Amino acid sequence: MTPQPTPSQTVGPFYGYALPFAGGGDIAPAGHPDAITVRGRVYDGAGDPIPDALLEFWQPAPGGSRAGAPGSLRRDPVTGAVIGRTGLDFTGFGRVATDADGHYSIRTLPPGGAPYISVCVFARGLVHHLFTRVYLPELTDPATEPLLASLPPRRRATLLAVPEGGRVHRFDIRLQGDGVEEETVFLDFG
Amino acid sequence: MTPQTPLTQEIISAEIAQARQAYAKAVEGGEPRRDHPDRGYAPYRSSVLRHPEQPLVALDDPDAVELSGPVFGVTDVTALDADLTRQHLGEPLGERIMVTGRVLGRDGRPVRGQLVEVWQANASGRYAHQRDQHPAPLDPNFTGVGRCLTDDQGRYAFTTIKPGAYPWRNHDNAWRPAHIHFSLFGTAFAQRLVTQMYFPGDPLFDHDPIMQSVTDDAARSRLVAAYDHDLSTPEWSLGYRWDIVLSGPAATWIEEGR
Ligand SMILES: [Fe+3]
Repeated sequence: MTPQPTPSQTVGPFYGYALPFAGGGDIAPAGHPDAITVRGRVYDGAGDPIPDALLEFWQPAPGGSRAGAPGSLRRDPVTGAVIGRTGLDFTGFGRVATDADGHYSIRTLPPGGAPYISVCVFARGLVHHLFTRVYLPELTDPATEPLLASLPPRRRATLLAVPEGGRVHRFDIRLQGDGVEEETVFLDFG
Repeated sequence: MTPQTPLTQEIISAEIAQARQAYAKAVEGGEPRRDHPDRGYAPYRSSVLRHPEQPLVALDDPDAVELSGPVFGVTDVTALDADLTRQHLGEPLGERIMVTGRVLGRDGRPVRGQLVEVWQANASGRYAHQRDQHPAPLDPNFTGVGRCLTDDQGRYAFTTIKPGAYPWRNHDNAWRPAHIHFSLFGTAFAQRLVTQMYFPGDPLFDHDPIMQSVTDDAARSRLVAAYDHDLSTPEWSLGYRWDIVLSGPAATWIEEGR
């Protein structure tokens, strides 16, 4: 008999001292010249920012490798404190909590072999996480990329990062449409 | 200003019963069973504005980045991380327990070498979190955060104390049953799971809209650990067993590790 899946439950409000770790958004090695910043805000269906969302990011290395590397939460073996990544290995994984204004930001390297960074969203009030993608416009043609091309323009736009200049991209996430702004497209991998 | 009618447990319990009946009827009518909760589960009031109203976009792409996932290793954890009772100078208050089980994929194969994170309230039902205002004592010897990597059989094990129930503000006199939060990674990002483990026989189950958001009875029962006397250690700790099965795309079933 195939084992039956364990149901999801909300991350709740009190994960803040448990899941985020120092340097969680610094996926790119410090000072790397190719580093890009992705930043934005997470909103609810009233258009209010969500101050207690947790975002995780996963992406291939610039060379296209999807093997990842351990050490995202590298810890001091004596004290257990997070000492951060080595600054050499690209682990491909990031985790950040939104701040009081619903803001988040990550610094990473452009993914290789795929034009997007995968995002997993957790929040108080969200009983089952959501997946979406940050498509980087400089890496993709929305008219031919299969997922983007399959979506009506308004929906498609929610997956496209907006260049703000200086290697900074804006990517807002709306868990629910607020009547003005479009709800982010969320993905189901079956 | 008209005084607001208090949102009582009675009202929430009626909504819980209604959602359960609606689900049972849907299944009778041929709808598929659901392992996971419905994101728009109104008895849990915080979900109302925090769930998408548009259907998710199904993606069947063998090249999807989400079919691979982050990896973790021995530098991501330290040996003491799995024993939540030994992270401070003194012993925490409460009932010492061991919680162990296996992490499996839907194919029944063990998830090896992946990160399991837990967090929980102390024995009094208080989190070591600034925003937790519940007037129960903090325990200077208990933070309530643990991590480990699954072994070759997919096993994890934590030593901790049994967390207390705690109040929250979903409705009047709302209490969460005792639970331990779990965060799990599989071999694919699409297998990611954050959930909560409950203790058998807790009288608060029926009152709790978070647990009841899983409207399928069989699925909900899989959130409850089993007391296992063989896991209890004489004059030391009580043992609980809880196996975890990650859902995820069928494409990852054939992928054995990395
Ligand atoms: Fe909790």
